[in-house]
Amino acid sequence: MSKRIEDLTVTDNRRLAEGFFVVKVSSSAGLPEILPGQFIQILVTESPSTFLRRPLSVHDVDYGSNTISLLIQVAGAGTERLSRLGKGETVNLIYPLGNAFTMPAGGEKVLLAGGGCGMAPLLYLGRKIRDLGVEPQFALGFRNRSRILEHEQFRDLGTVHLATEDGSEGHQGFVTDIPAFRESHWDKVYCCGPEPMMKAVARLCLERDIFCEVSLENLMACGMGICLCCIVPTNTGNLCSCTDGPVFNIRNLKWQISEQK
Amino acid sequence: MADLRTKIGSLELRNPVMLASGTCGYGAELKDFIDLSKLGAIVVKGTTLEPREGNPYPRMAETASGMLNAVGLQNKGIDYFEKHIYPSLAEYDTHVIVNVNGNTVEDYIRLARRIEHLAAIPAIELNISCPNVKQGGMIFGTNPASAREVIAAVRNAYSKTLIVKLSPNVTDITEFARISEEEGAEAVSLVNTLLGMAVDPRTMKPKLSTVTGGLSGPAIKPVALRMVWQTARTVKIPVIGMGGIMNGNDALEFIMAGAAAVQIGTATFIEPRTALTAIESIDSFLSERKLDSLANIVGIINRN
Ligand SMILES: Cc1cc2nc3c(=O)[nH]c(=O)nc-3n(C[C@H](O)[C@H](O)[C@H](O)COP(=O)(O)OP(=O)(O)OC[C@H]3O[C@@H](n4cnc5c(N)ncnc54)[C@H](O)[C@@H]3O)c2cc1C
Ligand SMILES: Cc1cc2nc3c(=O)[nH]c(=O)nc-3n(C[C@H](O)[C@H](O)[C@H](O)COP(=O)(O)O)c2cc1C
Ligand code: FES
Repeated sequence: MSKRIEDLTVTDNRRLAEGFFVVKVSSSAGLPEILPGQFIQILVTESPSTFLRRPLSVHDVDYGSNTISLLIQVAGAGTERLSRLGKGETVNLIYPLGNAFTMPAGGEKVLLAGGGCGMAPLLYLGRKIRDLGVEPQFALGFRNRSRILEHEQFRDLGTVHLATEDGSEGHQGFVTDIPAFRESHWDKVYCCGPEPMMKAVARLCLERDIFCEVSLENLMACGMGICLCCIVPTNTGNLCSCTDGPVFNIRNLKWQISEQK
Repeated sequence: MADLRTKIGSLELRNPVMLASGTCGYGAELKDFIDLSKLGAIVVKGTTLEPREGNPYPRMAETASGMLNAVGLQNKGIDYFEKHIYPSLAEYDTHVIVNVNGNTVEDYIRLARRIEHLAAIPAIELNISCPNVKQGGMIFGTNPASAREVIAAVRNAYSKTLIVKLSPNVTDITEFARISEEEGAEAVSLVNTLLGMAVDPRTMKPKLSTVTGGLSGPAIKPVALRMVWQTARTVKIPVIGMGGIMNGNDALEFIMAGAAAVQIGTATFIEPRTALTAIESIDSFLSERKLDSLANIVGIINRN
């Protein structure tokens, strides 16, 4: 699949919660096919301390309006600048990058687990799974009620189970404490979120022999396989999280296996 | 169109812009963005005799106008290269140069001999300047006697165009350029990355797994340019300049300071078309001034 470098136009920027934004960018050339799990590299202008592009997951795609949504959490100067993008501004993207989640087969039971900006790739993944006629369920974890991100669009696609660490809403604990996660049988679990969350989900899935893919957010310089900075130790050696990933089967990851014993 | 041809020893390039080793993979990764046949040459990934996994993650840290890397020559080794990568490189309509690395003089010799047999590789870039490996690399490039030994040995073993890539982590880079020239190198390329480091106050840890790494990008450009200028005034063999070139103007600075060719490195990560736009802007610069060839401006600042 070919990559492109293109100027897109910001059509919307909406604040979801403190420090979280959804930015929509539209392509006048028409979008190429984008797979769930893929990411973009965005050039951040007017932020002198931001030298490299910033990788962001594709949050959602609307082929009708040729629009990509990005869910952005302010982490530092680069994302802070992106949170201030105004309608009509131009942003330069390299995309689509990386591999994709493995789609479920018809009739499979699938759970999409995430939290914070790790929810980003799960919306588009859920939409694509829904398009296959499979109803996805979501397990979303947050620190507390005030940190819960709007998830109406997730509800439109399937059942949403919530967990907060302090129990102020949904189940108390982490996503892995949600009864539906523990008590049901899942054919496939997909996860993106902070590393401790991904490891907890991976551990549970390994114990129960459930197929599980995680989307990693390693530091990247190029995003296209030429700098070898983003490596992930796997059973087949160091792989690039930007080209061989960002989606990895947990059985192939060294961190998970060493975690086990 | 001005005549942009330039010579690196016996090798003629259609223009002076090359892609730097370690920043362009094997070229194929960039095919969606650039037509490789428009480039002067590409220098593919640092290669060793044996496969190497490189250094642990994290290997990268962004810095003011630049980045640190500690990749540590991750590559699949010469056997894999010859079998699986070389056949596709042989079809490129541009010069493909291999960046050669080793732990010992013997390693460098054996690798150079292996590459000599590859008909479509007209030159090697002898990397005696990698700051990210415990053995070999910069240890050769920062000690005059070791540098002389490895360059002489490889020159003896390799008959095609030999380029020596120099380390900026020395007091006087011209000394190493002179040694390269005396031992029969046809060109020198400089600079490799500058040794640097970064600490994350929040975690109270170094940002790189190896603590130190190589600094590249615009942050190093003035230093690199000074070294290229000094070197071009010292040796007669061509100098290939690099270090922080982000656009055609930066490339022109190196050329005017004496570089017969330039390499684009870190810039490709941010704007993969940089090498092509640099070629175009060098060409339009010459045309606007009604200069018919690149040779008119190579080292021009030294002519007055
Ligand atoms: C494939 C991929 C997809 C991503 N998708 C999203 C997304 O959809 N939404 C989103 O908000 N963010 C996403 N991220 C993370 C995002 O790229 C970083 O938060 C961003 O680069 C930070 O830039 P900054 O200039 O704001 O902060 P910086 O000043 O660069 O960093 C702020 C702090 O965060 C740390 N940091 C930055 N990037 C990373 C990282 N990748 N891993 C660990 N620590 C890091 C830095 O070390 C620093 O301490 C993704 C990352 C990857 C690799
Ligand atoms: C991620 C990365 C990997 C590199 N790998 C190599 C390498 O394998 N061999 C080499 O000679 N130089 C290597 N270099 C150095 C570059 O080729 C170049 O000399 C240096 O980055 C300075 O140029 P720049 O500022 O334009 O990037 C690497 C640089 C970077 C950033
Ligand atoms: S970020 Fe450069 S190879 Fe993955």
